[in-house]
Amino acid sequence: MSTNVISGNGNNDVKLPIYMDNHATTRTDPRVVEEMLPYFTEKFGNAASRNHEFGWVAEQAVEQARERIAKLIGATSKEIIFTSGATESNNLAVKGVAEMYKEKGNHIITQAIEHKAVLDTCKRLEKYGFRVTYLPVQKDGRIDLDDLKRAMDDKTILVTIMTANNEIGALQPIREIGALCHERGVLFHTDAVQAIGKVPFNVIQDNVDLASLTAHKLYGPKGVGALYVRRKNPRVQLVAQIDGGGHERGMRSGTLNVPGIVGFGKACALASEGMAEEAVKLAALRDRLKDAIMSQLDEVYINGSVEHRLPGNLNISFAYVEGESLLMGINDIAVSSGSACTSATLEPSYVLKGLGAGDDLAHSSIRFGIGRFNTQAEVDYVAERVIETVKRLRELSPLYEMAKEGIDLTKVQWAAEPTH
Amino acid sequence: MAYSDKVLDHYSNPRNVGSLDKNSAEVGTGLVGAPECGDVMKLQIKVNPATNIIEDAKFKTFGCGSAIASSSLATEWVKGKTVDEALTIRNTDIVKELSLPPVKIHCSVLAEDAIRAAIGDWKKKNGQHSQAQAAVQPAPVEQRA
Repeated sequence: MSTNVISGNGNNDVKLPIYMDNHATTRTDPRVVEEMLPYFTEKFGNAASRNHEFGWVAEQAVEQARERIAKLIGATSKEIIFTSGATESNNLAVKGVAEMYKEKGNHIITQAIEHKAVLDTCKRLEKYGFRVTYLPVQKDGRIDLDDLKRAMDDKTILVTIMTANNEIGALQPIREIGALCHERGVLFHTDAVQAIGKVPFNVIQDNVDLASLTAHKLYGPKGVGALYVRRKNPRVQLVAQIDGGGHERGMRSGTLNVPGIVGFGKACALASEGMAEEAVKLAALRDRLKDAIMSQLDEVYINGSVEHRLPGNLNISFAYVEGESLLMGINDIAVSSGSACTSATLEPSYVLKGLGAGDDLAHSSIRFGIGRFNTQAEVDYVAERVIETVKRLRELSPLYEMAKEGIDLTKVQWAAEPTH
Repeated sequence: MAYSDKVLDHYSNPRNVGSLDKNSAEVGTGLVGAPECGDVMKLQIKVNPATNIIEDAKFKTFGCGSAIASSSLATEWVKGKTVDEALTIRNTDIVKELSLPPVKIHCSVLAEDAIRAAIGDWKKKNGQHSQAQAAVQPAPVEQRA
């Protein structure tokens, strides 16, 4: 990848390309990398080796990491089960609970804008005879608690609702959801990967029974995650989904990724120390970007709740401009779009469709994910590039021209091409 | 996705952007696609009534870079051609010229549809109603792509 240095006002140099896609993944913090390195080389032992120094050293490192992760979420270290990442954690939580509690009931509740790792897992369980309710979300991306109450019945065994959405950053009312679940003796799982280390999250206060976590969203390495499994009030049991040596209290067999786990632990320790301060910084950068864009462009819409939102997330639809063409115009900036053209399925974002935004606005959306390593100079550069590109593309847009002529685009009879 | 140099060139320097007077008898307007599908093209032609030569063409496109490039190229190609010659432009020609990958073939189909729709509109205005209807009937994609 080539990099350039662009001189703005002399002292506002930014290095290109700019990474602003921190919901996809984050750069591993150099302090994390440093702590991991010895566990690739001289401290390479298997944490399950009980009979020699190499194993003890590895086990000790894993236990320290377990404590650091537990501390960040208000858990105890025995409640942390290491996995390969959040997809595995979500699979283990949902399938493991379904299998363990199937005598008690066969009903699971989730919601429309969950990550695919939860939605597709639920779809598979439906094939095995489970009943799944997919709650709709409101315009702000949050579920209605009354919908959840109505959906619960005496066969409900699990509610799985994410803490923060990966596209729009909307924070669900998990504390209230957890309280409802506990009143009715239903387990509550939350996919917390986007929230951990970004907003306060505490498994006791938030009434969480199971939580999926991953290292690479909070400046740790890829390929390592965890599942929090509550040990009391209630004690949650799971049927393991991988058979083998019985590691991780029998819930997840497989040799532990010691360097990855060490990095995960360090990333959580850094988050415990710096999260409050970092959240303020990220929210300020995000608002600076939002204000710059909104002061220069008309007809831009923020997708998802403004109030209940991850600090680094901004998801905006630029009406009359297609997302992929906008990405092409700002190709020295790494962001994501909900446009169909940028997805593997050629469908616009189901998350934005779930908000009822309309496919046209989903096609026009850009997700900015601001993270620890972004600077104010980068935010200013991004705002400038986005504004000039949207203006240019609107000059090219027949829809913008029609809207300016006062034509109601929703009333036009579109001659859609036969391929769609 | 990596774009071809020609797509990048048309995206960065689109040819013939703009609008012609849609009420003029010499102008044919084609508007194809739909916002919810993620692409809409407006292609306009100005035809010399004495020679049937397309003297000017303009476009505006809402869509990805390949859609913008396909319509920009279409305006370049129709200019200077007679109406009948312009009707021989096929989406496969656009695919080849811009090196479009399979997932972007529909952009070229839309550009061909836009040419046909613009010519159909012009013919309709000039009393060639039945042919106009035939011209805007898109052939099945499989045969064309």
